[in-house]
Parts: sequence; C-alpha cells; structure tokens
Amino acid sequence: MTANILELHGISRSYSTRQGLFARKMPVHAVDEVSLSLQQGQTLALVGESGSGKSTTGRIALGLERPNGGHVLFRGSELPPVDTPAWRRMRTQMQMIYQDPLAALDRRLSILDQVREPLDVHDIASASERNIKALAMLDAVGLNASHASSLPHQLSGGQRQRAVLARALIMQPALLVCDEPVSALDVSIQAQVVNLLMDLQKDLRLSLLFISHDLKVVRQVSQRMAVMYLGRIVEYGETNLLLSNPTHPYTRALVSAVPVAGRRTRERIILKGEPPNPADRPTGCAFHPRCPVVRPECMSVSPTFSTLPDGRSVACHAVDAAQPTKEVGI
Amino acid sequence: MANPAGTAPASALPAAWSSQPLLMIEGLTVDFSGVQVIRGIDLTVARGASLGIVGESGSGKSVTWLAALGLLPRTATVSGSIRLDGEELRGAAATRLDRIRGGRVAMIFQDPSSALNPVIRIGRQVGEVLARHQGVSGSSIRAQTKRLFDLVGLPDAARRFDAYPHELSGGQNQRVMIAMALAGKPDVLVADEPTTALDATIQAQILDLLTTIRRERGMALVLISHDLGVVSETCERIMVMYGGRVVETAPSDSIFANPRHPYTQGLLAALPPFEGALQRLIPIEGQVPEPANMPPGCPFAPRCPQRMAVCEVAIPPLAQTEAGRFSACIAGPAKEAQQPLKLSTKVPA
Amino acid sequence: MLRFAAIRILRAVLTIALVVTFAFLVLRLSGDPARSIMGDDASPEAMAAFRREWGLDQPLWMQYLHYFAAIFQGELGRSMRGGGPALDLVLGRIPATLMLTLPALLMKLAIGIPAGIYAALHRDSAIDRAVMVTAVAGYTVPSFVLGLVLVQVLAIWFAWLPTGGTGSLQHLILPIITLGVGGAAVLARFVRSAMLEVLGQPYIRTASAKGIPWAAVVRGHALPNAAIPTVTIVGFMVGNLIAGSVVVESVFSWPGVGNLLVVSVTARDLAVVQCILLLVAVAMVLSNLIVDFLYGFLDPRLSTGGAET
Repeated sequence: MTANILELHGISRSYSTRQGLFARKMPVHAVDEVSLSLQQGQTLALVGESGSGKSTTGRIALGLERPNGGHVLFRGSELPPVDTPAWRRMRTQMQMIYQDPLAALDRRLSILDQVREPLDVHDIASASERNIKALAMLDAVGLNASHASSLPHQLSGGQRQRAVLARALIMQPALLVCDEPVSALDVSIQAQVVNLLMDLQKDLRLSLLFISHDLKVVRQVSQRMAVMYLGRIVEYGETNLLLSNPTHPYTRALVSAVPVAGRRTRERIILKGEPPNPADRPTGCAFHPRCPVVRPECMSVSPTFSTLPDGRSVACHAVDAAQPTKEVGI
Repeated sequence: MANPAGTAPASALPAAWSSQPLLMIEGLTVDFSGVQVIRGIDLTVARGASLGIVGESGSGKSVTWLAALGLLPRTATVSGSIRLDGEELRGAAATRLDRIRGGRVAMIFQDPSSALNPVIRIGRQVGEVLARHQGVSGSSIRAQTKRLFDLVGLPDAARRFDAYPHELSGGQNQRVMIAMALAGKPDVLVADEPTTALDATIQAQILDLLTTIRRERGMALVLISHDLGVVSETCERIMVMYGGRVVETAPSDSIFANPRHPYTQGLLAALPPFEGALQRLIPIEGQVPEPANMPPGCPFAPRCPQRMAVCEVAIPPLAQTEAGRFSACIAGPAKEAQQPLKLSTKVPA
Repeated sequence: MLRFAAIRILRAVLTIALVVTFAFLVLRLSGDPARSIMGDDASPEAMAAFRREWGLDQPLWMQYLHYFAAIFQGELGRSMRGGGPALDLVLGRIPATLMLTLPALLMKLAIGIPAGIYAALHRDSAIDRAVMVTAVAGYTVPSFVLGLVLVQVLAIWFAWLPTGGTGSLQHLILPIITLGVGGAAVLARFVRSAMLEVLGQPYIRTASAKGIPWAAVVRGHALPNAAIPTVTIVGFMVGNLIAGSVVVESVFSWPGVGNLLVVSVTARDLAVVQCILLLVAVAMVLSNLIVDFLYGFLDPRLSTGGAET
C-alpha cells in the first residue's frame, strides 16, 4: 500500500453571503464534512455540477483557502498557515492549473520567461541553467524554442495549456491540482493534453487531484473518484466501479447523462429540477427533491456513509435499505 | 464557386423526407475583411428533420447559420444562396428577413443568461415574439406566454412572466429561450450550442425537451455543437465541418459506427470512450488551421494521417460514398466506388 | 427597499457632514479671516472686537460645534463683508447661475446623447470619426480658452454678441455655448462607448434573431441598457448645476454663484464660502442619491435579489 500524499479529514468551508441586495446574510456551506485521500502517483477525480463545492475543495487541498473545520494533511503533516515561509516551501510541492490558460498567463511576458519565473523567484541554479531547465520542461510538454519566445496570445489554446503545465511542473511538484484543465479545449487538442498529462504523471510520479465535470475524461485519467453534490460527497470509490455500476441515484443520473457518440440503447435518467442553491440547502439528504427513489426518511435525515463490499462509500438511504442482501443495485 | 456535389444530399435523402427541402444553402461563403471563414457550404434541411452540425472552434459551424439568417455584422461579406421554401434570403429586404427570423426560423444561443436582455422581464421578451409574428395582443399575450412556459417545463410559469433573467438559473433561462423560439411557431429551430454552458443533468433535460418538441411539432431542428455525443443522441443526420467546409455528412447511426472522412475518424478516436477497455487516446496531431492561414488544398491535409501529395493542392469535393453518405476526401473513400454527382442533374428546381 | 433607501440616505448625510467639516478646517487653518477682512493696518482693538463679534476668539472646536448647531437651525452665518445672511446672498445668486447652467445642461443632453448614439450605430463611418474628433477637441480644450476664443471671434471680430455682463438674452449665448460644448463632448464619447458595449452583447443578437426590426432593437433593447451607465454621468452634470460655472462666470463676468465664490474666497468671507460649499455638496449628494435610486429602477439586477449568485 502506497502512502497517501494528500488527505482531507472532515473539511468544511462556509461563507456568509447575501442573496440579493436586501436580503439578510446567511451562511452558505460550500464544502461540508469532506474526507478524501490521494495516493502517491495516482489520480483522484472530483466530479460534480456547479455549486457542488469541487473547486473549493481543490483550493482547500492546496491551502489557498482555509477550511472552517477539519484539516488537510500533505505527506502526513498539516499545511502551515498561508504566506509563511514554510507554506511557500510547501507550495512549490503543490501546483494548480485552471481551465482558462490565457487568464493564467501574463500577456506581456514570453512563454520562456513565465516558465522560468518560479526558478528565478526561488533563486535556483544560475541564470543560464535556469534557461536550459525551462527549455527542457517546455520540450517535455511538446513546445519548441519558437513557442518559448512567443507571447501567450500567439499560441493556440492547447499550446497555452501546455505552457501552463510546464510552468506548474518546473518546480517538480509532487501534487498537481487540475481544475477543468481540458474543458476549454477542442476534442482533438483535448486528447493531446490528456495524453501529455498522463505521460508526465508517469514520468514524474505526479499525484493528481483532477476536478472535472466531464466523466469521459475522468474515466480516462483517474483511478478513484468522488462525486460531490451540494458540498458533500455522495459516492466515493474506484472510478471504473462507479462509472460502470453507479450506486447513488445522483451518480446514476450523471452517468446516464453523459452524451456518447454513436447511439446507445440505455435509457437516460432525466432528473427533475435545477442544480440546487447552496444557500438554500434542502433538509435531510440534499439530493432528495430531485431523487427518483426518494424515501420518507430522506427528507429529514441526512444519510451517513456506508461501505459496500467493493470498497466504495455511498451516502444514501435507499442503498442502505438494500444493504442487508449485499445487492448493490436499487 | 458552387461545389459540384452541392445539393446532392437533398436528392439522396430517403423518400420520406419529402421532395422539396425546407431550407437549402448552396455555395455559401463568408469573408471577414478579406479572410474567408466559410468556404462553400451546401446543405439542406427537410421538414421535420434533425441535423446535427459538429466541428471544432473555427470550423464555421455557427457562422454558417448566422450568415444564413443575416445576423452577421456588416463587416462580413456573404455570398451564395440561402433559400427557405424556394425563397432567396440572401440580400432579402430587412422587413422580409424580420418576418422570417423568429417566425419561420428561430435561433437559440449558447449562454442563455447573456442571450436574454437583463433589463426586460422574460414574459415581455417572449411576448414580443407573439406580438410580432402571431399578431397576439393585450391580455392574451400573458396567457399564451404562460402556455409556452408550461410547454417548455418552466416551473411556476404564471409567476415567471414578471421575472428578470437574473432571477432564473441557466437551465431555466434556456427554457425561456426555447419558449421564445417556439412563440413564432417556427418551421426550423437552429440551436447553437444550447447546452454547452449548462450542467450535465440540465443538459440532459434540455436535449430531451428539444427532441420532444421537435417530434410533437414537426419542427426541423438544427443542432450546432462541438460535442459529438450531444448531436449523436439528438439528431438523425450529422454534418461534420472543418476549416469552413463540410467534410462529411451521413445518417447519425452510420457515421459513428463507420466514419468515412479521416477527420471524422480522428475526432472519434480522440474522444475518450465511455465503455469498453481503456486505451491511450489517439489525438489528431497539429492545430486547427487559422482562417487567414488555410492550406491551399484540403483543409485537413496537414494533420491527416492518410494524406497524399494531391491533397495538398486539390480541394476535394463532397462526394457520395454510399446512399445518403457524403465525404470530402480524395484519399479516404478512394478504395470504395466513388461517384461524384453532377450538380446540373440533381438540383431540384 | 427600505433598507436600501436608509443606507443611501445615511451615507448622503455623512458625506455632507464630512464636506462641511473639511471646508471649515481648510478655511480656518489657512489664514486669519480677521486680518484679511480688516486689513493689515487695523488696530489690535478693532481686530479683537471683530474676532469677538464673529466668535473667532473661541477655540476651534467650539467654533465648529457652533457652526454645526447653527446649520441645523438653518442659520448659515452672516457675510463678513456685507453683513447680510450668507444664505440669502448665495440663494440670490442661484437664479443667475441656473440661467446659464440649465440651458447648458439641455444643450449637453440634446447634442451629446444623440451624437453618441449615432456614432455608435455607425461605427467607423465618416460621421462617427467626425463626432469623435470633435468630442476629443471639445473636452480637451479648457472652458476658459474656449470662452476667450468665442469672445475674440464672435464678440470682438464680428461684434455679433456682447463680450460679457448681463442685460439681454444675447448675453446668455456665449457663456451657455462655452459651458455646453465640453459637457456635450464628454457625454457623446461616453454614450458612444456605452452603446458599443451594449450592441456587442449576445441579447442584441437574440433580439435580431427574433425578427425585431433594427430600429426597434436599438430603441427597445439597446437604449435601456446603455442608459444605465449614462445616468451616472448625467447625474454628475445635474449635481454641477449650481457650481459648475465658476470659470465661465469669471470669463464673462456673470453675477452668479461662481462669481460670488471667487470673490468670497479672495476676501476670506468664511460664511459665504462655507454656504456655497455646503450647497454644492448637497446638490452633488442629492443628485448621487437620485442616480442611485434611478439605478435601482433602470437595472432590475440591483433592486431584486437573484435566485442564483
């Protein structure tokens, strides 16, 4: 058993926001009692719709946001407070990339300058060695010397995301948090970046926290996945198990909603209602207003996790009811 | 300019799709200050049909339809022909176009929350269409709008009339857009990436709604999307665009089972599968070409694994590969019996 | 809505109090009013008597408190030069100023808004460029330069109009034009960019796709949105009605509030200066308040809470 590089223990994060100009302030639970672990060299996918808290969870994992409750362990020790020297040292071990590479890059600096910048900041090696390192990193992500001297707007979307990757990886981090890294890319380019990410992971023994709404990409890159709904995890386990045989009714709906090229016979589960508002969280199980298999207890009692024989955790009363027979299906 | 195989798809459609196509585009080109972004599009939409248009960014899939409806800025030069029931729309008088847009041909857009006017109540935005195209007035506007909101599944329809777009979620706003499109009782609904900005479960709702409405109303649906899965599940016929051209068009079930054009093949191979064994993705190498920098021959030639010398100089015409299927490739279907169709013999009056 | 109004009004009152305090401090600390009114050669006894009469011998904070207390009773002090109530003096000048600023405001609106809309709708046309060049010229040339040039050309060379002073409608023309040109230019530029921003929005394309004729799209869909930012700048112009013509009144020796302000500052006539500043502040704050409420009216996103954040 490999050691966990990242562990989240009962993380919660709430904000107090005003709904509209005249309303009273109310707490919004963006993330609620989330526990996750990521093994060294593996990929954990965080999946959910808007308002599920998946991006906030990613930011908490990096220490970019402080949880109100729970704690984050990186390589077994707690994250130091933000902006201390210890935190900055640890931060070089943990990097993040986002959906929009153009927003993440400085428009006025060449790609080479930006990839080299972390080395400059931490004063690593001599100036010429830094250039060589940066060029080697760019080469590793498939960008050549002419790309290196370009400005961000001179590159295509896929090339920009490669540049962002090079910059994130130049300090040789152990953990990379990717927030929708390929969602903005065209299909043909998306495949290039997905392959690159997986190659780099293998070569550098990177651990990935992969935040995405695209279950096809998640299936491709991750070993484990957690499905989030309204700030809580509803199902958590091995990716291939969750996708081939989803247990939680929300996971089932998500999986059935994946549009697959080439017609399929499987009937799609159409959920009623809207993705819920975190500020107006339903009682009991947050999913109950949209759940096709809702039971009376779902409206008042929040389900706890139960572990199924195949190792996954599910928080659902309907699944619990089916448990004694060890049948997974509902 | 017209592609010799141009109108062939119409004539090769199954007989049930009626003889006269509802909407027919021939030799459409669009230039933005000298740069050609649409380079000769031919297509037909039959009454009640569903056509899915797929392509990556810059393929021209949206521009084609904005051009067809005269919605491009004045800096765009449009040539070719767009005919609705035989009536030419290109260069038509503004008053004529205004009767067709929103009336016979409706269009909905990607981000519903910004496609609705933020300072006008949604009921009024729908009512505007009823008043202009259906001659509805007074209190019946409210009643009919409510009926449309019910039809598209907008919850609490009666109260929503006076709501503003920011008070609704993205999915609800897209339902309002669809209600607005249906208000004119259109023959064709053009949906430009209608679910791209929406969450997965909401995307499923909206696609389901579009399909139901099309079936119930006998309305033709043109669904523009970058997502092969989305068009595959919603449309009977698929058109793949690349570099401002149509590269392949075929019935939905056969194109995904057996793609002809190397670009379509490449797209499908690049897509992560959702079933079966995991394997390394096969990306299409290189980049999507810039409109200002289009290769002289086949636009896909520089990235094509099957490219031949001729591909770099000659632009392959869209040619029939088998009944109902067309591909614009010299190399790909060469092994099959290829028979380019003559425009002159096939154009329906 | 009540909460919204209460917050805005409270903020307005605080702003006025701050302005009064600031004006009081600057004027009291920047020189001795007794000396500047009485002159350097006044006898110490006369100076002491003057100070006593005006309360200048009391500690600064006492003067400040008295001042505030007086304001609450509508008592804004007496002019140190003329002896009459400062408020009456200032109010007496307001009609003269409004005779210039109100027609100038109408001119700004009547020229600036249509020019901006036209330029935006015909972007990059010859007329658009002409409007923009004129607008840049109009707002970079300071009003005293423009005023002097107009006087030189229309009043001196051609002798069509008087160079300054009062008496007839013709006396109004040059100052109004001088005041109006700059504001019209600012407004034209502002309205043009607001319109261009709105015309590029997806909902404009939606409106066209619905089959709404272009003129109706502009009127019904674009203008209401472009009005939202424009209200701010028009509100500022309204707030400037009372004191926006200091320079122009000086150039044309027009007996308005601006002229009075210049004279009173030079003479350190505290009560009058404070009274003018207070009125200007009230006008500004009031117009801001109106703009805030208009915003709520024009932009439903501000007045009704969204379901989504």
